[in-house]
Amino acid sequence: MSEGDLLHVVATDNIGPTRRGIGLLMIWGSPVVLALVALAQVLQNWGGQDFGFTNWRPTLYAYVLYAVCLCWGQVLVKGEQGKRILFVLPAALFVVSLTVFPLLFGLIIAFSNWNLSSPDGRQFNGVDNLIQMWHDPFYWNALTNMVWYVLAILPEYVLAFGLALMLNAEIRGRKFFRVAFLMPLMLSPVAVSWMIGKSMMETRFGPLATLMKHLGWENPSFFSSPWVAKSTIMLMDAWTFIPFMMIMILAGLQAIPKELQEAARVDGATGWRAFWEVTFPLMLPVSITSVLIRLIFKLKLADIVINVTSGGPGGATDTVTSFIFREYRDRSNVGYGTMLAMFYLVIIIVVMTGLMKLADRYMKSSY
Amino acid sequence: MTTQATSGQIFRDAPSDILFRAKWWSGRVLIYGLLILWAIVALFPIYWTMSTSFKMAPDVMKGSLVPWWDFQPKWLGWKSLGLSPETITQPSTVRGEFLRRFYNSAIISVSSSVLAVVLGSLAAYGLSRFSYKFLWMKNADISFFFLSQLILPPVVLALPFLVLYKELALLDTQIGLIILYTLSVLPIVIWIMRDQFAGIPTELEEAAMVDGQTIWGAYLTIILPIALPGMVAALILSLVLTWNEYFFAALLTSTYANTLPVMVASQTGSQGISWWSMAALSFAAILPLIIIGIGLERFIIKGMAAGAVK
Repeated sequence: MSEGDLLHVVATDNIGPTRRGIGLLMIWGSPVVLALVALAQVLQNWGGQDFGFTNWRPTLYAYVLYAVCLCWGQVLVKGEQGKRILFVLPAALFVVSLTVFPLLFGLIIAFSNWNLSSPDGRQFNGVDNLIQMWHDPFYWNALTNMVWYVLAILPEYVLAFGLALMLNAEIRGRKFFRVAFLMPLMLSPVAVSWMIGKSMMETRFGPLATLMKHLGWENPSFFSSPWVAKSTIMLMDAWTFIPFMMIMILAGLQAIPKELQEAARVDGATGWRAFWEVTFPLMLPVSITSVLIRLIFKLKLADIVINVTSGGPGGATDTVTSFIFREYRDRSNVGYGTMLAMFYLVIIIVVMTGLMKLADRYMKSSY
Repeated sequence: MTTQATSGQIFRDAPSDILFRAKWWSGRVLIYGLLILWAIVALFPIYWTMSTSFKMAPDVMKGSLVPWWDFQPKWLGWKSLGLSPETITQPSTVRGEFLRRFYNSAIISVSSSVLAVVLGSLAAYGLSRFSYKFLWMKNADISFFFLSQLILPPVVLALPFLVLYKELALLDTQIGLIILYTLSVLPIVIWIMRDQFAGIPTELEEAAMVDGQTIWGAYLTIILPIALPGMVAALILSLVLTWNEYFFAALLTSTYANTLPVMVASQTGSQGISWWSMAALSFAAILPLIIIGIGLERFIIKGMAAGAVK
């Protein structure tokens, strides 16, 4: 097990039988406690017994106890090896219990009709949600919108690359420009939706509207026709996230050895050709990483849409997340919303895996 | 005859040199022009929000921009928040509300970021130094498992968590949000820290262990100080993300544990709200991050660059 370790530790473990026993007791005893507590709660909920629980907190506490005992027990039983496991185990337990368990639970919810505000509680309804989803034009509309939003990453990337190139050039006041360019990323999307979406784009006296009037747009209204609204949302989202790509690309540019560009210049490559034949190919791995990460953030896009247009006009700006958010707000039906989200997750996983495979293969073949 | 020759220049720039210089200058002008243009694009909304919070209604209507020149700054917006010089000493319900939300945001974002950095850097260190095997999963699989959490959109977890939290009485509590936020920034922290630890040679710990340190002792006394800049970068990036988070906060809190973005959003929704107080509120909400951005910019850049360059 330890043959692949980068760091070799030679330590003499003398683990006495008592210590080992206590450790084993912790590892195997705590799940028993957890099971007992959970059983008592289940009995109270469905079996009619009254143990005086008001909520499921006791089970949570028992679970936390189990997690602590599991970590501690590793060290007691396995000694040095256990101490190594202790590095990764807490984070792994944390993530597993907070994603895998809710996801499984989510699968149950997805196949049921569950209105949180109605007293009936959860009712299993098979594939009804799936059928409803299939016939829900607004959901498919939101998915199509997501495709457009994702496509907007390409111009964002070009712009970010341009900005990074300028920051990498020999300029004065680089620090000032870097801080200035970084600023939009620091702002909360909710504040941005008011600052830009509601106030600067105010049709009567917002500065952006005034600017547009000067540029010849008679009645600048940024959110009344579908495509204008969609592009406005894209622009606002781009405004916040271009710095993110820009900084990753800038880091990549600064890592390129100067000699390579000088060599290209000696060989007679002028600016434009030097860029396409030297800089750009070298930047490909960084570019792919930054675009993929940007894609991940793009798929979460919701805050701006919820706060500026709440999906309007006619669902033209809806993202999947904002649609599900409103679906829950308006009907408080968790079952249907979860089914929509699960379907979205499946699409994302398929697309992302495909993209990563593609990127991987492309990178391998080009070197 | 000689006057002609001496008055004129003997050495002239060749036409190609003049052309080159002209090209150089136009290049300079172009690049600074573009840089300044984008700086305006990036900074103007912030300036607009800040200046609007000092404007009266007619100034807003006119679209005035320059203080003291085309409008007289007033503390109007800040007065409605209870944060102007006159009102700061008097009791104010709005200020109380604002400070409570601010406090919630601060507690939640700081504790979740610290928790994520602690958990994440431990895991990243372990993964960079030892080889693990759990069932069929080896190190690469475990790393991938952590990082794959990034593609999990929040909306998938939101409704199950809503139901679970309701049963666990964690709805509308700070701890509930802290747990979720930690989960959402943990992959990013692991991503940054993995690179950090990979750059530190293992000889350092080996030397420490020869001197009688345990592995945890070596980690705490030798490795942590070296990896500190990276940890700060991860911490700040987490702070930015958690401070700005809106979706989970809007779903899972109602009255007690609301964060600042939820408050800003609820004010935006109401139509009658005055511009100056809205501007003051927005600006107060983004101010901490603007300060962090200016002061700790190099850490943010370091953090984001960590994954980009291998």
